[in-house]
Amino acid sequence: MKRRLFLKSAMAGSAVATAVGAGLLMPSTVFAASAEFKAMSNKTKASAASASAGSFKFKAPKIAENGAVVPMEIDASKMSDVSNISVLVRNNTTPLAASFNLSGAVGFVSTRIKMGKTSKVDALVTAGGHATKVTKEVKVTIGGCGG
Amino acid sequence: MAKIKLKPKARKGVISIKALIKHPMETGLRKKKGKLVPANHIMSMVVLHNGTKMVNADIGSSVSKDPYFKFKVPGAKGDTITLKYKDNLGKTGTKTAKSK
Repeated sequence: MKRRLFLKSAMAGSAVATAVGAGLLMPSTVFAASAEFKAMSNKTKASAASASAGSFKFKAPKIAENGAVVPMEIDASKMSDVSNISVLVRNNTTPLAASFNLSGAVGFVSTRIKMGKTSKVDALVTAGGHATKVTKEVKVTIGGCGG
Repeated sequence: MAKIKLKPKARKGVISIKALIKHPMETGLRKKKGKLVPANHIMSMVVLHNGTKMVNADIGSSVSKDPYFKFKVPGAKGDTITLKYKDNLGKTGTKTAKSK
């Protein structure tokens, strides 16, 4: 039994090693989000903590049956000079779902995100260098981020 | 190359762009038969309006599979909208469409 396991793991290991050797996969980025994105996520999280309450519209479901597909819509089209719209899911491994840098576009973004479990979702809008946020709680009955 | 659906529609001086990219968006945390599935997700996306950059998005792994996006850009009928994306494996995709 042990020998079988050993062989199995050795084979799996060598397959990964060859893939890495061929330059197909970068070890740091294969499993989980890249460090760069994580750093950005932390930064956005910090700015979200200090942001004041925003006056834009943030549409998200109260209960999401399927955590793999949670639609959201951020409508800040009434605000001028919107430079960034970010979505943060607090209980996800990497809280930042997406960050949209807008230059000239109307402050409106609609997308679908994955949620591991029930969490508060922050929508962060930066307009004229000033960050504001709206928080909503989304209940998830089936998780969408892995087992 | 992955498929991209891009539908820009102009109304009252604003083009609303609907985009659907076919992409697995693996987080790298999901397990299949006890093994981790390697991450494969879109990292950055750019939307161009007549050649000028309007949206520059950094996308994490927690965006849904086959991601859908909607943006609004000031413009008129006949303007060209281009969407480009790049994933963490270095694959890119481009799609250009004329606004209706």
